[in-house]
Amino acid sequence: MKSKTKRSSTRRPLPFFSEIFRNKTLYAMMFPGLLFVLVIYYLPMFGVVIAFQQYNPFKGVLKSPWIGFKNFEFLFKSDAFFQITFNTIFYNLIFIILGIGLALIFAILIDEIGNRFLAGAYKSILLLPYLLSWVVAEYLLFSFLSVDRGIINHALQYFGIEAVSWYSEPAYWRFILPAAYVWKNVGYFAVIFAAGISSISTEFYEAAKIDGASKFQQAVKITIPMLVPITIILVLLQTGKIFYAAFGDWGMFYTLTKDSGVLFSTTNVIDTYVYRALKTMGDFGMSSAVGLYQSCVGFVLVLASNYLIRRYDRDSALF
Amino acid sequence: MNQLKLSRIVLNLSFMVYSVICLIPLLLVLSVSLTDEQSIFQSGYRLIPQTFSFDAYKYILFGNSPILRAYGVTIIVTVAGTLFHLVISSMFAYSLSRNEVKYRNIVSFLVVFCLLFSGGLVPWYILLSKYLHMKDTIFVLIVPYLVSSVNVVIMRNFFKTIPESIIESARIDGSGEFNTFLKLVIPLSTPVLATIGLFVAVFYWNDWFTAALFIENSELYTLQFLLQSIMNNIAFLQGNPLTLRAAAMQPDETARMATCVLAVGPIMITYPFLQKYFVKGLTLGSVKT
Repeated sequence: MKSKTKRSSTRRPLPFFSEIFRNKTLYAMMFPGLLFVLVIYYLPMFGVVIAFQQYNPFKGVLKSPWIGFKNFEFLFKSDAFFQITFNTIFYNLIFIILGIGLALIFAILIDEIGNRFLAGAYKSILLLPYLLSWVVAEYLLFSFLSVDRGIINHALQYFGIEAVSWYSEPAYWRFILPAAYVWKNVGYFAVIFAAGISSISTEFYEAAKIDGASKFQQAVKITIPMLVPITIILVLLQTGKIFYAAFGDWGMFYTLTKDSGVLFSTTNVIDTYVYRALKTMGDFGMSSAVGLYQSCVGFVLVLASNYLIRRYDRDSALF
Repeated sequence: MNQLKLSRIVLNLSFMVYSVICLIPLLLVLSVSLTDEQSIFQSGYRLIPQTFSFDAYKYILFGNSPILRAYGVTIIVTVAGTLFHLVISSMFAYSLSRNEVKYRNIVSFLVVFCLLFSGGLVPWYILLSKYLHMKDTIFVLIVPYLVSSVNVVIMRNFFKTIPESIIESARIDGSGEFNTFLKLVIPLSTPVLATIGLFVAVFYWNDWFTAALFIENSELYTLQFLLQSIMNNIAFLQGNPLTLRAAAMQPDETARMATCVLAVGPIMITYPFLQKYFVKGLTLGSVKT
């Protein structure tokens, strides 16, 4: 009561400061995280202007000369443009469909295993590759594909087939990369789906059993529809990752292929292109233009998948 | 009935085959690292070593190699990064979960928006190296990942499930906001903190990309980056003047694979104890977002 009269007697304090003051401890707890988000996530968003500059590290973002769309012109005219766009979309589509589709099947099948101990063991083993880095995966892959010592070529020679030089034939990588992606990530998605399945009420299945539904019918008519919301979140998150340099799975394109130029036609994606432009050429303006282009591709893909989802099921869409 | 049993067997068999596919690459690398260098030259990689030898490990652990140092850097980065990540993110998420914080929705939107749009790699790189001057410091390996949008959302949703009445009663007993958070909310949230902590630790342990971008000083190489450099440049170990004198005897292929085994080691050793939490944590994250 006292504070109320005091407030009206003096000038009304700004609502912002009074709110901050009232919950000062909570806002103080929020502060480091918020500061981090603003600095590390939001400040770089203004940095996209570099794409329109001839960026000079000594002059900085504010003083570098503007050159309009020259960086983009260079990108759109280069041979790599179509290649990296096609590869990025091609692989991400395959990864999402294969990775999430297989995981769904795995999760449903694991649920059918009566033995709880075995089901748990399979889940743990399937999840294991997810915890290894792509660099380690590179070593593992190399021990299979190495031309002169790899175990696959040894097996081929054992059967009298000529050894294959995996690291110099681009076409093979259209299959190797999706296989590696599935190997590493399918367990992660499968465990998420398994969690979703375990939260479905058993009553649905009992009712279905009484009506004489087969296991397959139960999966198609109950399990899969109930998993739609989780699937949608996973698909949208994966789509979003396409334009997330540091957090996406692009490391595989760089490490698994050993950054080999021979393989670029099937392994070069936007992320590896940006990374190379930045690291080896040091061309900030151009690689920033590619990065902006990547953000736009990613944004369009998220919007497109969101649109498709909304047509299918309004409530599950993000926005 | 018989048909049901048969399908169970088929099911189990196929999962066993897939489990083997998950495990065999690791086994292969382990066995290569334990093989004698000579026999690899003669007969290539084998799943079961023909002639056992611990030379590769001896060489790595006692041969002045940069691996031990990289191990140290990686351990510091992983421990510090995970700790700070948990502290900052949990405080952040907690304040976003409380109804009396009026601006929580605006800030939450700011956090979620980061999932949809980003400035891209180059501005991020310039910010960290030119404006925050973190290039070639150990901080650059830790600081950029102290908050992740997804983790904040997961934690916030978890904190929201803690009944308001518990927090209310703490306040009546005279506990300050921060004290309530520390003594009441944190102990109630160990499952979510443990799982997020585990995943963050794995992320820091496996991070190769940050070191590749920002680290040039070889004293600050992380384990994964060192692995990557060794793979890219087989001569890396021989080129090191300290190891040159032993070049003739030096295990090369096997040393690489042994390094890989050492890099995976901590995960492989702790995983059996932690896998329950991993699986449970994924469950938490998926059902509650």
